Amino acid sequence: MEYIDEFRDAELVKMLVRKISSAAHKDIALMEVCGGHTWAIQKFGIPSLMPKEIRLLSGPGCPVCVTGRKYIDQAVAYSRLPEVIITTFGDLIRVPGSTSSLSLEKSKGADIRIVFSILDALKIARENPSKKVIFLGIGFEATASSSAAGVKKAFNEQLKNFYIFSSHKIMPPAMSALIDEGIKINGYIAPGHVSAVTGTKIYEEFPVKYNVGCVISGFEPVDILQSIYMLVQQVNEDRYSVEIQYKRVVPSEGNIKAQMLMAEVFALRDDWWRGLGILKNSGLQVSEKYAVHDAEKMIEVEVEKTIEEKGCICGEILKGLKKPSDCKLFGTACTNSNPVGACMVSHEGACNAYFRFNK
Amino acid sequence: MCLGIPSKIVSIDGDSAIVSVGGTEVEASIELLDDVKVGDFVLLHTGFAIQKISPEEAQETFEILKRLGEIEDELEAEVKSRKPN
Repeated sequence: MEYIDEFRDAELVKMLVRKISSAAHKDIALMEVCGGHTWAIQKFGIPSLMPKEIRLLSGPGCPVCVTGRKYIDQAVAYSRLPEVIITTFGDLIRVPGSTSSLSLEKSKGADIRIVFSILDALKIARENPSKKVIFLGIGFEATASSSAAGVKKAFNEQLKNFYIFSSHKIMPPAMSALIDEGIKINGYIAPGHVSAVTGTKIYEEFPVKYNVGCVISGFEPVDILQSIYMLVQQVNEDRYSVEIQYKRVVPSEGNIKAQMLMAEVFALRDDWWRGLGILKNSGLQVSEKYAVHDAEKMIEVEVEKTIEEKGCICGEILKGLKKPSDCKLFGTACTNSNPVGACMVSHEGACNAYFRFNK
Repeated sequence: MCLGIPSKIVSIDGDSAIVSVGGTEVEASIELLDDVKVGDFVLLHTGFAIQKISPEEAQETFEILKRLGEIEDELEAEVKSRKPN
């Protein structure tokens, strides 16, 4: 078993589609909050397999998409400092800031390097002791745990020229904010890799407080369809709970070692989300103990005034209120090769996935 | 960033391992996991193995799906048997 093809089996897909169709008796809105799910759902054409009663919404699960322009502007400002090397995941490089982007700065000569892992950034720091190496830490709990491991490693090695500029966020405050805002959601297709780290406990409030079930799902078509079926059953039986479909990867307790590391290296802070505004205790900043590696505290930089993009409805798309095709820029002024908003830039963004697989 | 890839552990050197991702070998950190052995499947995420993949749980998921399919077949047979000729 290689854990991919088996979960793409056509007969299982057909069987699950029939089960979902015969179980869906009333309108049900299900939301995924993971960029990987956004991408997989569009890639495998899952919406086209759904009966008319089931609406699949794409939520604020793409880290690049929910991050504000202010963060990009600050990263751009850091990249202009002659002593700085910026290290980043590829997603961020094309995201437009107020007046520039990292890719534009790179073309002008800034030292900006795409890395696969924070460990690559540590290696660059070791090889360039006269430079300050800043890693752009973006992503939810799964990515934050690897960032925590990297920062701790730098601290233990006394790698003093390594810094992280954290935009890490945690998922539950955004999931609550959507429901509190009145968006009708009957169930969450919960993120598989976030949950591999956190386990089920971060979702416990949703069934209790909101009557909204959460099914932690894998990323192959059989996984996603089985999760949808489990959520439809919860709605039909009026019993809401946290269930795990993705059991081969997610134990209910998650990865405790990773959780402890995150709690040690990061501290919660209020953070801004595109579409949702400032959410209490939703962001992760470097904790006091590791402050010597916190770019925000250790490297002073002047940042330009943020100018938000005009006409882009990314914020409403991230809340499931609008579809990418509702945006007047979609497919005309805003395309994969010339994106206006963050949702079109990132591979995990709803507009990008929609454009790639539906256009 | 949400992308996670099932990968097989090929060799281990302390906190680091060589893993095979569909035949391509890459270096990965296994420091977030305990008791990883050569031959285990792990989920690789931004250069870190964040969980072991359980073959038993995967099998169990298939059993559940198989049972779902069987229930469907039985229902279909029952509906057919009720239809007048």
